[in-house]
Amino acid sequence: MNPIVPSRRDFLKGAAAAAAAGVVPMSVVKLAFADPALDFTFGYISDAHIQHISGTKFVRNWDRGLIRAVAETNLLNPKPDFVVFGGDLGQLGMKEELDHGAEIMSKLRHKTYYVMGEHDYYLDLGEYWSKLFGPQWHSFDHKGVHFIVLNSILTFDDWTFNRWPSAEQRMLEMAGLDNPNGSPFMVGEKQRAWLKADLDKVAKTTPVVVFSHSPLQKLYKGWNFWTDDADEVQALLRPFDKVNVIYGHVHQIQYNQVGNIAFNAVMATAWPWPYPQTYAHAEHAMPVLTVPMNRADPFHERDATGWQFIDVHTGRVALNYNLYNNTARTVAFNPASGRPEDKLFQDPAKRIPPQEHY
Amino acid sequence: MKRILLGFVAAAALVGAAAMAADATAPPLGLPPVPIPADNPQTPEKIALGKKLFEDKRFSSTGQVACATCHDAQKAFTDSPLTTSEGIKKGGKPLTGTRNAPTVVNAAYFVSQFWDGRSPSLEDQSQHPFVNPVEMGLKDHRPILKIVRSDPAYAKAFEQVFGKKGAAITMKEVEQAIAAFERTHVAGDSPFDRYYFKGDAKALTDQQKRGFDLFVNKGRCVSCHVVEQNTALFTDNRFHNIGVGINGIQNDVPALAGEFLKAKVTLAEVDVKILGDKRTSELGRFAISRDFEGLGAFKTSTLRNVAVTPPYMHDGSLKTLRDVVVHYNNGGVTKEGDPVNDFLSGGIRPLNLTEAEIDDLVAFMEALTSPQFASLPSGARTEVKP
Repeated sequence: MNPIVPSRRDFLKGAAAAAAAGVVPMSVVKLAFADPALDFTFGYISDAHIQHISGTKFVRNWDRGLIRAVAETNLLNPKPDFVVFGGDLGQLGMKEELDHGAEIMSKLRHKTYYVMGEHDYYLDLGEYWSKLFGPQWHSFDHKGVHFIVLNSILTFDDWTFNRWPSAEQRMLEMAGLDNPNGSPFMVGEKQRAWLKADLDKVAKTTPVVVFSHSPLQKLYKGWNFWTDDADEVQALLRPFDKVNVIYGHVHQIQYNQVGNIAFNAVMATAWPWPYPQTYAHAEHAMPVLTVPMNRADPFHERDATGWQFIDVHTGRVALNYNLYNNTARTVAFNPASGRPEDKLFQDPAKRIPPQEHY
Repeated sequence: MKRILLGFVAAAALVGAAAMAADATAPPLGLPPVPIPADNPQTPEKIALGKKLFEDKRFSSTGQVACATCHDAQKAFTDSPLTTSEGIKKGGKPLTGTRNAPTVVNAAYFVSQFWDGRSPSLEDQSQHPFVNPVEMGLKDHRPILKIVRSDPAYAKAFEQVFGKKGAAITMKEVEQAIAAFERTHVAGDSPFDRYYFKGDAKALTDQQKRGFDLFVNKGRCVSCHVVEQNTALFTDNRFHNIGVGINGIQNDVPALAGEFLKAKVTLAEVDVKILGDKRTSELGRFAISRDFEGLGAFKTSTLRNVAVTPPYMHDGSLKTLRDVVVHYNNGGVTKEGDPVNDFLSGGIRPLNLTEAEIDDLVAFMEALTSPQFASLPSGARTEVKP
C-alpha cells in the first residue's frame, strides 16, 4: 500500500474499524448476564495527582488529564451506573489539592466512589479526604455483585507515627520511588478483620469486585507495586467463585490471575509509569508482561494516560481502556483460559511492535 | 530496522522514478515527489481537461459557481479573504458553508481531504461540492454527466483522455481529470526552502531565522507542522483539537455528539450536515471517527503559502497569522483567560512567547511563500479586507 495515498478500500476499511471501535464507548456495550437487568457498566478514573503550585495555581497538565476524563465519562452511553475514582486525587495530600480535585470531579453526572491513595493520605492520615469522601473502607451491593472498597496503602504504625519530624516530610517520603526511607503498603489487621466479617455475610457464589489503590498482589517493592499482606487478603477472597480486584497506583495496564482472583490495573490521567522489573518473590503472583505499551510520545502530553469503563457481566469484569493518542484496548476475562486477556493484542501476531527511536 | 528498510526501499523507488522522469516533473525545492495513484496517471491532456472541468460554472444549480469560485487561482486557490465559502445564490444572496476554503495548492500531499479528512483522495473529494446544497447545489451528478457527454469539446476530450464516450463517461473520469489538474498545483521553493534545503543563508532575514528557531523549539509548532530532513510538508496529516470552534459549543457537546451518533448518517450525509449546521460542524473529526479523540479536532493544515491565504483555521475565525500565534500562545484559547475546552489535544499548552517572539514566528511564516504567490497581499499581521 502506498503510505501517502491509501487506497479507497483501505480507507473505508479503516473508517469502518474506527467507527466500530469508536462507537463502543458511547453507545452499545454488549453485556452478557442471563438477566439483562443485571448487566451494567461503571466508569473508572484514577491517579489524577492534582498538584498545587501556589495560590490558585495548579499543575496544568494534571488538571487537563482529569478534566478530560470527566468530560468523556459524561459522554458514555449507556450511562454507567456509577464511577470509581481509584486514588491519588492529590499529589501531596493538601487540602488545596483535594478540594481542587473534588471540584473537577463534581462535574461528573454520576454517583462516585472514592478509593484512598497514598498521595491523599500521608499528610493528615486521611482526615480531610474522609471529610470530603466518607469512610476509607466499606462495601456495597449493586445488581447482584458485592463491591468492596479498601484502603490498601496503610503501613506499619511505627513508620507512620514515630519516624518523621513533620507530616509534610512523612508525605514526601511515601511519595518517593526507590526510596530506602519508604515503607511497604498494607491493608492491616484491623481492616482485614472488618473484611472477614463483611465477607462472612456474602454467599460464595456472589461475584465480588474489590477496589484498592495498590495491587493486592506483590509485584515490585521498590515502587510499592505491592501490598505486604496481599497473601492474607487473597486468602479471605479465595473461597469465592469469582473475585475481581481493580487497582490504580501503577499508571499502566496490568492483568493477572491468581487462583480465583482476576487482577486488573487502571490507567492514570496524570502520567505513565514504565513496567518495572518484576520481583522474584512469589512465582504464582507475577504477571508476565505480554503486551508492552509504546513509548509515550513526549509531545502529546496525554499519551500513555487514559481512563476506563468497566463492563460487568457473568460476575467478571472487562476493562475498556480509553487511551489518548493510541489504540483503545480491552482486557476481559477469558472463560476458556480462566484469566484476563487483552482482546486484541494477546496473540503475539496481532501486536503493534514497540516504536523504535534512532 | 523496519523503518530503515522501508526508507531504503522508498529511496530506491525514488532513484528509479528520478531516472525515468524528465526534469520537468521534478518536485519543487522542499517538496517530495507528488504521489500519483497508479490508476490515474498524469497526462497533459487529462490535466487540461481537469482544468476545464474545474472552471466550469455549469456544474452548479445556478450556473454561477465552479470549483474555481472558492479555489481561485488568483488567490492561491482559495477565496481569501472570505471567512467561510460562498456557494450558490438564493434570493440574490450567496449561501455560505461553515468552513474556510482550504487551498488546492499542495493538497496533493494530504493523506485525506477536507478539514475533517472525510475523503480519502482528491478524486473522491471532487465529487462532493457539486451536490452540497450550500456549495454548488446540484441534486445529483446527472447534470454534469449530461454536459460532458453531449458538449462536443468535452466529448472529444474525454474520448482522447479516457477512450470513452457517451454513457461510458461516468463521474469516475470527471473526478480523475479534476484530481489530475489539482496535482499539478504544488508549490515549494520558498525563501525557507532555499535557506534550509539549499544552505542559502541570505534567503531568510535574521527575524525569520529567529522565528524558525522558535518554530522548532519553544513554539513547538514543528510537532504537527512537520519539517523533515529533505522535504517539508508542514503537516502531520493528523487531527487535533486546538480550541477553535469547539470552544463555542462546549456545553452542547454531549447533546450534539449524541444526536449525531443516533442519526447514523452516511459519509455523504455527513457532508451536507456539517456544512449546513455550524454547531454540528464544530464536532470536527468526530463526525468521521466517532471517537473521543475526534471531538473538535481538525486536520493540520500545511503552512506553505499560509501568509497569502487569510483568514485562518477551519472556520476562518482568525483574521491574521498573528492572531493564530496568539491563540496558540494562550494555550488553545483566542482570548487570554477564556475557558479551555475539556477535549483539548495534548500538546496544546501556553507557550509563554514574548510579543517579539510572536512577531518572529509570524515573520518566519511569511518566508514560506512560493515565488508564484509572492505578489499576493499578506495576512500575516493586518487583516486583508474583501
